[in-house]
Amino acid sequence: MTAPAIANAALDDATAVAAYPAQEPVRATRDSRPLRLITCGSVDDGKSTLIGRLLWDTKAVKEDQAATLQRDSNGKQNDLGLPDFALLLDGLQAEREQGITIDVAYRYFSTDKRSFIVADTPGHEQYTRNMATGASTADLAVLLVDARVGLLEQTRRHATIATLMGIRQFVLAVNKVDLTNYDRARFEQISHEFKELALSLGVRQVTAIPVSALKGENVVYDGRASMPWYDGPTLIEVLELATTRSAQTVGFRLPVQRVSRPGESFRGYQGTVAGGSVKPGDSVVILPSGMVANVTKIVTFDLVRNAAVAGDAITLVLDRQVDVSRGDMIAAIDSQPMTGLAFDAQLVALQPEGIQPGKRYWLKSGSRRQRVQVQPASQLDLKTGKWNHADELPMNGIGKVHLVFDEQAIFDAYEQNRTTGAFILIDPDTNNTVAGGMITAKRAALGGIHAEESRVILSLPADLADQLMATELFAGRREDVEVRRITAGKAAEIIDTIDG
Amino acid sequence: MSHNHPETELHNPQSTKPPLDPHLKALENEAIHIFREVAAEFERPVMLYSIGKDSSVLLHLARKAFYPGRVPFPLLHVDTGWKFQEMIAFRDEMVEKYDLDLVVHTNPRGAAESVTPFSHGSALYTDIMKTEALRQALDAGQYDAAFGGARRDEEASRAKERIYSFRTPDHRWDPRNQRPELWNLYNGMIRKGESVRAFPLSNWTEVDIWRYIQAEEIPIVPLYFAKKRPIVERDGMMILAEDPRLELLPDEVKREEVIRFRTLGCFPLTGAIRSGAATLDDIISELETATVSERQGRAIDRDQSGSMEKKKREGYF
Repeated sequence: MTAPAIANAALDDATAVAAYPAQEPVRATRDSRPLRLITCGSVDDGKSTLIGRLLWDTKAVKEDQAATLQRDSNGKQNDLGLPDFALLLDGLQAEREQGITIDVAYRYFSTDKRSFIVADTPGHEQYTRNMATGASTADLAVLLVDARVGLLEQTRRHATIATLMGIRQFVLAVNKVDLTNYDRARFEQISHEFKELALSLGVRQVTAIPVSALKGENVVYDGRASMPWYDGPTLIEVLELATTRSAQTVGFRLPVQRVSRPGESFRGYQGTVAGGSVKPGDSVVILPSGMVANVTKIVTFDLVRNAAVAGDAITLVLDRQVDVSRGDMIAAIDSQPMTGLAFDAQLVALQPEGIQPGKRYWLKSGSRRQRVQVQPASQLDLKTGKWNHADELPMNGIGKVHLVFDEQAIFDAYEQNRTTGAFILIDPDTNNTVAGGMITAKRAALGGIHAEESRVILSLPADLADQLMATELFAGRREDVEVRRITAGKAAEIIDTIDG
Repeated sequence: MSHNHPETELHNPQSTKPPLDPHLKALENEAIHIFREVAAEFERPVMLYSIGKDSSVLLHLARKAFYPGRVPFPLLHVDTGWKFQEMIAFRDEMVEKYDLDLVVHTNPRGAAESVTPFSHGSALYTDIMKTEALRQALDAGQYDAAFGGARRDEEASRAKERIYSFRTPDHRWDPRNQRPELWNLYNGMIRKGESVRAFPLSNWTEVDIWRYIQAEEIPIVPLYFAKKRPIVERDGMMILAEDPRLELLPDEVKREEVIRFRTLGCFPLTGAIRSGAATLDDIISELETATVSERQGRAIDRDQSGSMEKKKREGYF
């Protein structure tokens, strides 16, 4: 292929991308980028067996690995004469000894149509953080339930976390269907319940599949012999057709990782396109400075390209001398991200210390690292799906927080862009990553509650307050309200202070 | 149109290659992103260069990441003194061809105490000449970040390792206490003396490596291609018998066979495979039907399962 032909191919790519959100039934091009998925389920649901089965039936497990497996399981086999798949997956010695999975592991397998990266995360409640980690890069979640047991509280919890992290495609694998005698009514009841649950979380793309991971039915090979009533896809067929996340339809974003100056004559800005597309001639703005320039060249090792899209690692050359450094963002001039000193976000606390109010953390988003003060506002109750007031977040807690910066911060809402809307928090005392967060909105003023806005403090009997808070009007603006439960004596004291 | 572009010096002569398929392109983009991030966040990065196929891919990606600039960090080769002769020749050729800075380190204990794979056994030899040597070299260079070509599909304990893998000042890895890694946001904050191992190829599989070598026309050591070579059979492995230091045991006979290597390490510890795969196409189709994993030929992994985890905790790559 000649250079211009490559350029045209790149252009075609960009055109296809621009048309992406419109429903085009004609265009059935398969997305051949690797699909990242996460599997969620508890130990007893047979998650390890399911992943082991996927690896086994796609021939990702080699004979010597199987031999090691046979040796480690001391000849212990399941009733089909296959090795114990769980041992294949639990890579760390502590895990093998304790028979549990303690961390996120990544598995790779492929079919002739596509390759897959599986984030294999433990199901225990205390490992919410690992699930959030695995879900952060996933395009699709496979949720496992035991056909005999049905949906669990944990299913809701996993679905909620997956949704929160931006996953919009679910597969419900109703496992151990062989142990219900392939009961169709049972399967349909569970899948109906799950679709209701998914819908309540705003997820519409749901496929339910009756599966026996142990026997390999409807995983890679179909299970028609045992359940002729099921004519839907196998798990692997759903995975092959799933879509990968795309940030290509939003405005152009290039977080600058480094400035390349190999000689006086060349100055390029290196980074990975985090949204939209770019071509020579485009006008861009450099944030936070607000300076404006035009793109003259997109340089890569192979050729000077005439377009780049989200996901491409590029070097951008601008038409004038502007001050650009690591941590800045180059963005489309007509579709800019939000800049400001205060933002609202949701986050998952990842460490035993939790997230403490008022503490100053490092925040890293894209290539930008800056100081931030975090004020928790509420915490999600994963059992009920309700947000309750909270001043701090414990480990594994999911909360809504206010972020206050010393210097301009640059974000998109996570809903719009999963790269420029995501951040991590780093504890300056330990240097550990203590939270993963998602921007929801920019705040108009500092300190959460608008400082100059007029407010009313009410002191009410607790039962009356509860009735008021239960109303729709109140619930709709719950985020604007601060509530403290105190004694009548303390309330009188506070009001006296105000009257002062 | 790019062919009319006045800045012709920016055109790489290799630009006639067809574009990468979306899968390899995604892996390449991710690796380049990691390279740039580490180079920007750390003061003294270094790239571990083992001369094998993964290192060749790693080097190619580094050159791409920093183009049109030079690779902004040195390459470190921990030389046990027992590498295949062709590997050393290849290494020197690459350094020359791509204008690279190379640091070579050999543990002085090797010569002082006559540590060889024959005299000390594979486990102790590896510990001294590879793990300890690596720690010495990293300390000497005061490197705060070291790129490695490890892949998560290679071995069970690697499946859980982060892309930025934190090490204590004595180079230890604590698999139970790793920093969470979300999205593509890597935490590069460390104290003095601590370091990070960075793995740009974490999400690649062996087939990806070969398909990428083919698509990008990346040079590799000829030992990967089948050829008639002198071998001797030992402990169920076919060992290359061309180095004069290999002494034949009484019942051993040297013979010629058409063989190749799936991985390259120290020649006395690396088993060849019987294979007629003489081209990249052959290798890829052989791999797609392979029934054993690549590390099967590596003596050091076989002591016990979990042995890689143990070595890694002690500082091995």
